[in-house]
Amino acid sequence: MSDPSNNRNRLSGLIYSEKVRGMVAQILVTGGIVFLAWYLISNTFENLDNQGIATGYSFLSLESSFGISEHLISFSPSDSYGRALMVGLLNTVKVSLLGIIFATIIGFFIGISRMSKNWILSRIAAIYINLFRNIPVLLQLIFWYAVINNGLPNPKRALEVLPDVFFSNRGVLFPVPADHPAYFWMGAAFVAGILGAWLLRRWALNRQDRTGQLFPYVRSGLALVLGLVVITYFVCGAPTELDTPVLKGFNFKGGAKLSPEFLSLLIGLSLYTSTYIADIVRSGLQSVAKGQQEASTDLGLKPSQTLMHVVLPQASRVMIPPLTSQYLNLTKNSSLAVAVGYPDLVSLSNTTMNQTGQAIEAISIFMAVYLGLSLTISLFMNWYNKKMALVER
Amino acid sequence: MNNVTMKPPGQSGALYWIRENLFSSKLNTVISAICIYLLVKFTIAVVDWGILNAVFAADSTACKAASGACWGIISEKYQLIVFGTYPRDEQWRPLVAMVWFVGLIGCSLHRSFWKLWLIPLWTGSLIGLGVLMWGGVLGLSYVENTQWGGLPLTLLLAVVGTVAAFPLGILLALGRQSELPLIRIWCVAFIELVRGVPLISVLFMASVMFPLFLPEGVTIDKLLRAQVGIILFTAAYLAEVFRGGLQALPKGQYEAASAMGLTYWQTMRVVIMPQALRIVIPPTVNSFISTFKDTSLVLIIGLFDLLATAKVAITDPSWRAFYVEAYIFVAAIYFVFCYSMASYANNLETDLRKGEQH
Repeated sequence: MSDPSNNRNRLSGLIYSEKVRGMVAQILVTGGIVFLAWYLISNTFENLDNQGIATGYSFLSLESSFGISEHLISFSPSDSYGRALMVGLLNTVKVSLLGIIFATIIGFFIGISRMSKNWILSRIAAIYINLFRNIPVLLQLIFWYAVINNGLPNPKRALEVLPDVFFSNRGVLFPVPADHPAYFWMGAAFVAGILGAWLLRRWALNRQDRTGQLFPYVRSGLALVLGLVVITYFVCGAPTELDTPVLKGFNFKGGAKLSPEFLSLLIGLSLYTSTYIADIVRSGLQSVAKGQQEASTDLGLKPSQTLMHVVLPQASRVMIPPLTSQYLNLTKNSSLAVAVGYPDLVSLSNTTMNQTGQAIEAISIFMAVYLGLSLTISLFMNWYNKKMALVER
Repeated sequence: MNNVTMKPPGQSGALYWIRENLFSSKLNTVISAICIYLLVKFTIAVVDWGILNAVFAADSTACKAASGACWGIISEKYQLIVFGTYPRDEQWRPLVAMVWFVGLIGCSLHRSFWKLWLIPLWTGSLIGLGVLMWGGVLGLSYVENTQWGGLPLTLLLAVVGTVAAFPLGILLALGRQSELPLIRIWCVAFIELVRGVPLISVLFMASVMFPLFLPEGVTIDKLLRAQVGIILFTAAYLAEVFRGGLQALPKGQYEAASAMGLTYWQTMRVVIMPQALRIVIPPTVNSFISTFKDTSLVLIIGLFDLLATAKVAITDPSWRAFYVEAYIFVAAIYFVFCYSMASYANNLETDLRKGEQH
């Protein structure tokens, strides 16, 4: 009577044990994934073998033999695919950084306008937010590209908005200072100034902690940076020569150029992302209790001090995590460059895989770049959140 | 007498409101003046261009002569833009499908419909959609899915993308919270991998890499591949939405369920999910809006969604100059869908929050 039922109990005990079930589930899931991966990879190798495509990343050192319209580092068709992708990466960084700066400025402006007591200003800000947020960003990019390409005149009839600044369907051309060693030293002076200002701030805050004495480190820091740059300019001989765009034949020569592709991408990304930033700014500022402002005013802090030392530090705790994810979104959205022909990382990877047939390798490169970027930023965010989290008992 | 909110004399009425909200200080007055001036100028320009000087007839020569907008391109090309290359005589089929699905979404968003029978209703509707769009049975002529395009395609990609991603997202979110380490790792890896890359890379994978994954001779058409890419992408984002819902529930709910002797799946089904899903409806709607906007990316891999058909429409030489009107038309369609859903999600969120406080 006892033996069989005992056995059954042991067996059912095994079946119903949470530990055993957990183990079985994990083994099944992992086994399934490994099997699927093996199946797909073996298919892939077979297919590549049949099509005669070599695997591996050796194509990166082959000659690319295509031109790239805009590049931050020198590039010619005789350079390698690897260098082409590097150019693409730098172009992605360029448009993303500028996009982040513009989106932040516009977003703060709109967010604050949205909170304004002025009804009409607040309504205009709300309309702006709803309009640009609810239209796909790709449509916006394509629209701006079409407007710049078809709406602006050709170079011969370019609009000269300011002296020597031309708007045409080839983009915006503007004068830049001609090459001179002074600019290198001015850049160095700028970096040195920033470093000095940072040290000054540290010293001033330290002294304030010890003695309570205030030191205007913002103003003096700014003066330090600007002063150093201006002095270097004059020391190096104050070059005044400009490189101005001049119409030659059907196009402009000289000057600096913002291409239609770049401009449409920049405008589209900035406007679209700024709507999200505006909402983040609004909810961040609203999250600071009104009493905080009143209390700091009663303590005798000036409005600017209230903003700098009371409101912004508390608002930034709420604002910075979503802001970072918007910056990341903007960077990921910059991959839509491929739709307007701006040579970013994805767009040049696309060209590369069309020419070499190395689809898997090319896609894996830009996925890895974006993934690395995202993971780095989310690690940073975790660290930041831990650092900024309210310490509660 | 019992109107306790009565204000002192002179503190009500339109004039008072205008003074308080527009001209309460010097700065405010300046801002209002600038805004009103710009608004008036802008409105006049838009009305001039869009209505007074516009041409509404589908006549491209008249359009070129006019100084205003050419809405004629819409009357000429709307069938192409809205329905793509779906056979003209059969366009009632995508139209019925769209109306049905928009109605279904509308119903599903209403609280009194949040019942279990929504699941069979959606499943049935998706099958019905397939029958209607493909045809080939019930006397409907067969239409290959390479001919699908325009708004029905956009809606299809977004709706199927979200509906199919929903259960997958729940599983991923539960897996991420699971106590089994291997399951947790796989789920975290999938979610973070997908969320870390742009959608366009997933679509490139679907269109270029995926055919290489399949055994020789097996092919899956491009639309389905893009759809699978969108489902997987959306699932990763929905998983994070659901995780937010799961984490919003107090720990006591899990502990109480466990104390009552409920198993893991029972706990999830009768205690956790009903509460968590309610919280996550507004962010799920927002995720649907993102998916809806993101489907426009399929034009990069060569599918003819609403944006792509508009681009095709303006390649016609006689209408090429009127790209602004075509894009405005498409933007308006996107806007109506996204804005109405966003307002709904906002209202619902406020409602749910009010409900919590009582």
